[in-house]
Amino acid sequence: MKYLDEFRHPGATESLLESIRRRVTKRWTIMEVCGGQTHGLLRYGIDEALADAVELIHGPGCPVCVTGAEVIDRAIELASIPNVLVTTFGDMLRVPGSRESLASARAAGALVRMVYSPLDAVALAEKHPELEVVFFAVGFETTAPATALAVLQAKRRGIENFSLLVAHVRVQPAMEAILCAPENRVQAFLAAGHVCTVVGCESYEDLCRRYEVPIVVTGFEPTDLATGIAACVEQLETSRHEVENRYDRVVQAEGNLRARQFVEDVFEACDRTWRGLGAMPLGGLRLRESWRDYDAERRFTAGALPQVVSSCRCRSGEVLSGRIKPPECAAFGGECRPEHPLGAPMVSGEGACAAYFQYHRPELRCEPRAVEGNA
Amino acid sequence: MCLAVPGRLEEWTDRDPLLARGWVVFGGVRHECHLACVPEAEVGDYVLVHAGIALNRIDIVAAEKLLRELRDAGEESPPSAEDEML
Ligand code: SF4
Repeated sequence: MKYLDEFRHPGATESLLESIRRRVTKRWTIMEVCGGQTHGLLRYGIDEALADAVELIHGPGCPVCVTGAEVIDRAIELASIPNVLVTTFGDMLRVPGSRESLASARAAGALVRMVYSPLDAVALAEKHPELEVVFFAVGFETTAPATALAVLQAKRRGIENFSLLVAHVRVQPAMEAILCAPENRVQAFLAAGHVCTVVGCESYEDLCRRYEVPIVVTGFEPTDLATGIAACVEQLETSRHEVENRYDRVVQAEGNLRARQFVEDVFEACDRTWRGLGAMPLGGLRLRESWRDYDAERRFTAGALPQVVSSCRCRSGEVLSGRIKPPECAAFGGECRPEHPLGAPMVSGEGACAAYFQYHRPELRCEPRAVEGNA
Repeated sequence: MCLAVPGRLEEWTDRDPLLARGWVVFGGVRHECHLACVPEAEVGDYVLVHAGIALNRIDIVAAEKLLRELRDAGEESPPSAEDEML
């Protein structure tokens, strides 16, 4: 496809990787934030090709993986109310809540449907006035404009049987939490290109300055990823820390002002608990007070759900913060596999555990080892 | 979930600021997409579409510049996007 395939060129990628190998004077540690990029790096073998030059550690950038089990429980509770249809993106359906997933609840009779876009959920509500259609809104800043637009369109078109269960998360607070952690090893970030398409790269300047960490905005194709790593290495080798935009074909300094305005009109930042990572100050979005009529929890449920304690065998928190790689989890590939996942990073198409399971050759897998404080 | 796909805007069907829609072609397949975030897009422009809505226009000058850089750096050349057929 035009403007996609050209950035997958093996010759260009290999010469970029070779130039990175030649440039490094020490082995740097770089974190990619987005799960889509984790998959790209593993799929094209970039992590292996650079193994001696750069350690790539994988960040928390899969919104499906970090959605709390209690929110999934809430979605299932809503879908179990007569005439309430819960809609969401396909990769959210299989993620386990505290007891079951939306897919298993649907098999047991709950009304659940996959949609491609929140705007499709609005269309469903219009077509089915006999149902209350709830969109279970997950995703980073990338999907938030579509969710905001869904609410704005529903209001404009007078569609009253549409509401949201909001679980949107914001990337920057997670990046900051990783940098603040005493065990932090991140020396540079590859920032998630599509998040920056919306929020712009200017928004990273403050983080970059305060933590003196290079942040390079990049895309998802192999030449994009290699270009981004090369830019990180160049900054690290010359002791610089800047926000650098290597995805300027879609990312502008200020992002997409119109998309940002839609989000701003409907949502405000709020604290949110991330699965595996815990409380994240300002790590989520919620509906503004003036839009609370569209809040499905207010419409249909009462009271908070109990906090869910995650499986003690799943080390997703350590995986999502780059402290361990998936093969270091004792359950990886044995007890925990895509067909029976213990944690969300093995369920989601963009989860780091699923990426390692799919792309990493077994001979490269580390031996599982016990680590203190495994919780 | 966060992947987005480039496509070429072929036709506007609604230019209302909130309800904007149009047909976008992805490697030969047409989809009707929401275009409220790219009201300035013109027929023939490339847009990046995610979850059914276009998040931004693709800056062709910037794309070609990066491809040129890659061509200059590597021995083997990545193809130019300019002459690729849809
Ligand atoms: S391999 Fe499975 S159990 Fe281990 S951290 Fe990943 S999701 Fe959790």
